[in-house]
Amino acid sequence: MPLDPSFVGRSWPPTAPYLVGREKIREFAAAIGAAESEYHDPEAARAIGYADVVAPPTFPVVITMASSRQIVDDPALGIDYSRVVHGDQKFAYVRPVVAGDSLVCVNSVESITSRGGHDFLTTRTDVSTEAGEPVLTVWSKLVQRGPEDGGTA
Amino acid sequence: MSEILEPQTFRVTRADLVRYAGASGDFNPIHWSERIATQVGLPGVIAHGMYTMALVGRAVTGWAGAADAVVEFSVRFSRPVPVPDTDSGTEVVVSAVVKDVTDDGLTKLALTATCHGEKVLSMAQATIRKR
Repeated sequence: MPLDPSFVGRSWPPTAPYLVGREKIREFAAAIGAAESEYHDPEAARAIGYADVVAPPTFPVVITMASSRQIVDDPALGIDYSRVVHGDQKFAYVRPVVAGDSLVCVNSVESITSRGGHDFLTTRTDVSTEAGEPVLTVWSKLVQRGPEDGGTA
Repeated sequence: MSEILEPQTFRVTRADLVRYAGASGDFNPIHWSERIATQVGLPGVIAHGMYTMALVGRAVTGWAGAADAVVEFSVRFSRPVPVPDTDSGTEVVVSAVVKDVTDDGLTKLALTATCHGEKVLSMAQATIRKR
């Protein structure tokens, strides 16, 4: 079933705030082997002007991947997640995520296209603090492979 | 222009994928179960695309010399990174070319990531602000 093109331009209500923890940033940085002291040591982060440890560039996906379930779990969109692969990923930062941030996501559908039996869904997530300060924007392109493809997840 | 940055090599093992799954919350079984990965037509367990992107991010912040340097960062996942169940796993090599340095102090990098000599990302680029 193709994706419902009327979803283009739709946005969802802001997600519940995600409180970014210092230990979560440390855990993520350790998992990717990133040793920069600003990811682990609050004093090192303060020395470059932040209130607490800063997150590595791809850390926000921890928050946005969960928040964008708002879109992909909407049955009216018609997505079969077992046939979805990750196509593109983009981050545009106003500033890095910092421990102590309370972040809210606004998800929207930027485009839906079809080509060669596959469907392409581009989602956009605007991430800001609860107080309304923009922090970053994240785009993900998901590819729903055609059923004749056998459905590589 | 077109300065070439020193390539960075990252070893990736199954243990790294398990650890990344836990830290990121991405528990898709194709990143830890050989049985499910092969069932869906993959050569075996593959790395999370976002794990590969995270390694590229490490290379970028390393080149920039600043943990908070990245202003924009984008990739297309063009080929999976299979990770065999061995002590040595596999290797991802990240390289970059400086494409542009703007008047307002931004540096644009064209990025390449390879596994066994084959490109696993396309259209990968980052914009960094050096300190």
